[in-house]
Parts: sequence; C-alpha cells; structure tokens
Amino acid sequence: MNTSEITDRPQRAGSAGAHIARLAFFAALLAGLAVLSLAIGSRQMSVHSIMLALWDPQESIEKALVLESRLPRALLAILAGAALGIAGLLSQSMTRNPLAEPGILGVNAGASLAIVIAVGFLGIQEYNHYIFFAFAGALLTAALVYLIGRPQRGAMDPSRLVLSGVAMGAIFSGLGTALSLVRPEAFDQLRAWTVGDLQGRNSGIVVPLLVCTVIGILIAASSARSLDALALGEDSARGLGIDIRRTRVLVLVAITLLAAAATSAVGAIGFLGLMAPHAARRVAGASTGWIMAYTALIAPSILLLADVLGRVLLPSELPAGVVCAAIGAPLLVAIARGRKPVAL
Amino acid sequence: MSAVETAKPRRQRRKLRARGLAVLVALACAVITVLAISGGEYDISPWRVVQILFGGGEGLESTIVWDWRMPRALAALLFGAALALSGLVFQSLTRNPLGSPDIIGLSTGAYSGALIAITIFGGGFAATTAGALAGGLLTALIVYLLAWRNGTHGFRLILVGIGISSVLASFNQYMVLRADLDTAMSAAVWGAGTLNGVSWSGVLPVGAVVLVIAAMLLYCARPLQLLQMGDDLAASLGLNTERAKLLLIVLAVALTSAVTALIGPVAFVALVSPQLARRILGSSGMNLVPTALFGAFLLSFGDLLAQRLFAPVQLPVGVVTVCLGGIYLIYLLNRGTRKAGA
Repeated sequence: MNTSEITDRPQRAGSAGAHIARLAFFAALLAGLAVLSLAIGSRQMSVHSIMLALWDPQESIEKALVLESRLPRALLAILAGAALGIAGLLSQSMTRNPLAEPGILGVNAGASLAIVIAVGFLGIQEYNHYIFFAFAGALLTAALVYLIGRPQRGAMDPSRLVLSGVAMGAIFSGLGTALSLVRPEAFDQLRAWTVGDLQGRNSGIVVPLLVCTVIGILIAASSARSLDALALGEDSARGLGIDIRRTRVLVLVAITLLAAAATSAVGAIGFLGLMAPHAARRVAGASTGWIMAYTALIAPSILLLADVLGRVLLPSELPAGVVCAAIGAPLLVAIARGRKPVAL
Repeated sequence: MSAVETAKPRRQRRKLRARGLAVLVALACAVITVLAISGGEYDISPWRVVQILFGGGEGLESTIVWDWRMPRALAALLFGAALALSGLVFQSLTRNPLGSPDIIGLSTGAYSGALIAITIFGGGFAATTAGALAGGLLTALIVYLLAWRNGTHGFRLILVGIGISSVLASFNQYMVLRADLDTAMSAAVWGAGTLNGVSWSGVLPVGAVVLVIAAMLLYCARPLQLLQMGDDLAASLGLNTERAKLLLIVLAVALTSAVTALIGPVAFVALVSPQLARRILGSSGMNLVPTALFGAFLLSFGDLLAQRLFAPVQLPVGVVTVCLGGIYLIYLLNRGTRKAGA
C-alpha cells in the first residue's frame, strides 16, 4: 500500500482561532465525561454531592470512594487513552500507513509473553506486580524490533520496521500462546489482560503512567513539524533541513514509551490507537500538530465513555476494551465509507 | 550475444529448475507425511509405514496408520495447499504481498461462530464446524456489503474489514473471559488452529470441497494473471473484471472458510506460501502448483513440529506456523530486498 496520502481531504481552511474553539469544545466534552465517570457506578452520586464530599474536611464514604477508586480510574482512562491515541497517530505518520496501530512494533505480543512468563513460570499472581513485567517485555520487544529492522546503509526505511514488528509480534504471540496452553494459570491471567480493562488497577500505577505519557507526548509534539515535512516525501524533508534519521528515532522512542506504558496499564486496546487519529483527521485537516491536539482529546474521551458505559450497560461490568471496540468500529466504518478511495 | 538469443535457453533452464524444485518439495512432503504417521504414542518404523501404505499391513498397525494417523497427515497436506491457494488469489487481487483472507475478518468471524457453538451450545465437532463456517461467511458478507459503494475498493474493504474484525475480536476475547477455564482453553486451541482430533469424517467432505475449488482455480488461472497486471489492462484485453474479481473472491473465501471451519484459523500459511513460491522460482507467473506444494509442505512440517516439540503436550499447529512465518519475515529483512506494502 503506498498511501502516502493518508487523507485526501483538502486542508481545512481553519484559522488557529477556529481550531482553538473546536479544541475547547472537545476539552469540555472530555471534562464532562470525566465528571460523569466520577458520578456513575454501583453507588450513584450527584455531581453536587461529589463536590461537597471533596471539599468537606470530614472523612466520608463518598470521599473515600471518589478519591481512592473513581478518581484514579478516571485518570487512568484519560492517560492511557491519550497515550494510545498519540502512539497510534505517530505509528501512522512514521510508517505513512493509515492502517498502522500502536501494536505494530510488537509491544502487545511482547507484553503478553512477559505476562505468561511472570505468571506461569515465576509464580507471580497479582496484577499490580506483573504489570511491570509487561512494561519491561514491551520495551524489550520494541528494542529488538528496532535492532532487527534497523537501517541498512544509513536510511531508516519504515517498511523494514513494520516487517520486523510483524515478525517479532508473530513469534512472540506464538510462543506466548504455546506457553499459556501449557500453563493454565498464565492463560487465566492473560485472557483478562488481553481484553483491556480499567477495573481493579492499583492507583500506584497512575504516576508512572503519567510520567511516560507526558514524556511521550512532549517528544511527539516536538516532532510534529518534522513529520509534516516527512509527509511530503524524504527529499522534500531534506530540502527543508529536517534531520530525518533523528526524527524517526525520536518518534520511535515516543511510540514505544506511550504504547508500552498504556498497554501494560490497561491491556491491549490497540484499536483505539488505530481509530482515534482517523476521527481526529476529520476535524483537524492535514497538519500533524493539530491532528495530535485533537487526538489527545478524542482518544481519552472514547476510552472514558467506554469505561462509563461498561459500568451501566449490563448488571455485571463490561470490560472497557470491549465497549471501546463497539463504539469505535461504527466510527471507523463511517470514516471508510465517507472518504474517496485511496489507491492501494 | 544479443538478449534475444539468450532468452530462450534461459527460460527453458528456469522451467527445468522450477520443475526440479517442485519435485523436491513434493518429495519433502512425502517424507514428512511418513514421519508424521510413524511417530506418536505407538511407534511404527518409517519403513514399516511405507510398506503398510502400499498395502502390506494388517491388524492393529494397519488401523493406526489408516484410521488414526492418515486423516491428520492428509489434512495437513490438503488444507495447507488450500490456504496457500487462497492466499495467492488474495495477494493477486489486492496486489499486496500482505493481502490475505484474514484482513477482511474471515478468521475472526469464524472464531466467533465457533465460540458461540462451543460456549453456548457446548459444541461438538459438527456444531463447531457449522458455527465457524456460518460465522466466517456471514462476516465476509457483512464486510463486503458495508464496503460496497459503486464497486468494491481494496482500501475501503480493508478498513471496513479491520473495523468489523476488531469488534468481533473483542467479542471473542469477552466470550473466552466469561467461559470457565477448561472451555476457554479448548476454544483457544481451536482459535490458534489445530489438527488434533481430525478424522476421516471431517477430512473427506472438506477435502472434496477443497479439491473441487482448486480445480476451478486452475481453470481461472488466466483471468487471475490478467487481473494481476491491473484492472484497466485486463479490461482492455477483454476481461469482465468485476465479474472475474467476484468469482475469484468467492472461490478464495470458500476455500479458507471450509478449511478454517474444520481446523481453526491457521496463521501465515496463506501469507507466506505464495511468496516462497515466487521467490524461490524467481518467476512472476501464476505459480498455482508450486504455491499449493509449498502450502502443503508448510502445514505438514508445522504439524510435525507441533506434535513432537513438547510431546506429550500437543501444540496447536497455528502456534508453530506463526513462528515459522515470523522467522521467514526476519529472513526477508536480512535479505533486505522486499518492501512491505502494508
């Protein structure tokens, strides 16, 4: 697929002011969903009573519930959503392939293999402990993918990276499946992690996730201009004085950090990273910087909404990953039908 | 010496080389099949297996070879060839080396159907097969209809396929999560693709379907070759492209669905075999027969490994083919010649 043109829409004649107004709308939407996610659950609370509980110096059940359970969960959804969305956008820009998703570097397969080893062979049973194995596995896999697909003779060819990511992903998922079938207890943990969920997470993982997400998004934002130039083709980018190699390595580091942190924290919700940038492009036009800003608001909104809906749709909780796919797929199909065909 | 003078002998040499290689791969398939039949809980020496296959057996040994192990070995050969042919058709139609029936959600849909059969109806073999077949075909139809807008377009088809697949994949994971551990694990074995428990009652009907469709594909070799050159050129040479495409898609989908229904979604055979055939033979033609041979080789070799590596634990063959596929891709990278298109 040589879809260098990820979108064939004309660049929206959007002044910076119009963009900022639209971004403010999406930010308000995200904030509204966040408040909703604090209020909704097995114990319904009004927004007013949440506010009262939070300002009240007295300890109360409501205050404890909001501060220790729902607030970390909302933060987790926002951070992981933003991280997955931006990681997906960077994957698509760097490989110049609209179908790329954060899992393209094999991080999901690496993380699940690490979980199988931790649970099945090292006897670790607690989610909040093997999460660090998942993170390490994801990072190691990305490093390995880079080593195998590394540039030959100077130029870093993104398609080599994709091939290397698919290859390592295949091998690790094969090994992971084989080992998990030999160790039922590992299989049991893995199936819960694979779906992608925000339930039962330790609030202690919010801070590491926050650090990784902030660093990743800062790197991404600093590369936006270079990615714009790269979208015109390598020669044009060189002509504009872009250091292509440096850009690609930086972007790769950002994708790895974001995808590894988010995936190990909430499970393999790779589809969000594929879809959110497509939705963002519909409102942002063609500038990578603006697309990034919209993605950083739209992706966490989808994940938050999925989490809230998962709590209320059925008597038993639906995992956020399942609801996320159910929300996201119609959106992706609509986007696919709405565009002019791009040459394969 | 001008190019014209050397062209003919070179082409003949290439043809000879291709034939020789095809014979080699076929021989390798035969050796693997004999080895696969000879090993297991009850060892029979390979030489004895050959004797029995040529009619020299009786009693228990004959039963083991013909009734217990032959269906599985034959299934590996036949279904490997079928998956490879299906992959070749998809790669030719999408003109994309990573084009495969999986991208339109076929395997995921088949898995959903099988899961419903296993977890809700306590699936026996027949129920699982029927569920998978219905799921796969229904998914392909839904994707095709959703992607249809004044004709089918490759990229739109893929994007819609990914959307539908991801919902189904999510549904599948949820079903696996909700099921009790034993049911979930047996479903996961099927979901990886396995030849465990394949018997004559499964191999005969699916094998018959595979053979009929393969024959039809051989008959369609020329339109396929024309389509590979691009729609416009094919149309200018008098081919009805939309009709030919639809027919080929239906044939390829039917091949994959029939096989997937019986043994689950085995990864990478469809993707890698056409590439291997093209690369090793170095020709750009339609390579139908070599592709089928490579597919048979890959699946039977993979199944031999799956049976022996962790014996007595029997791995699903799909786990092995995924690893083989990954290793092949890394080999490609080190050759550093191919650009991946997707």
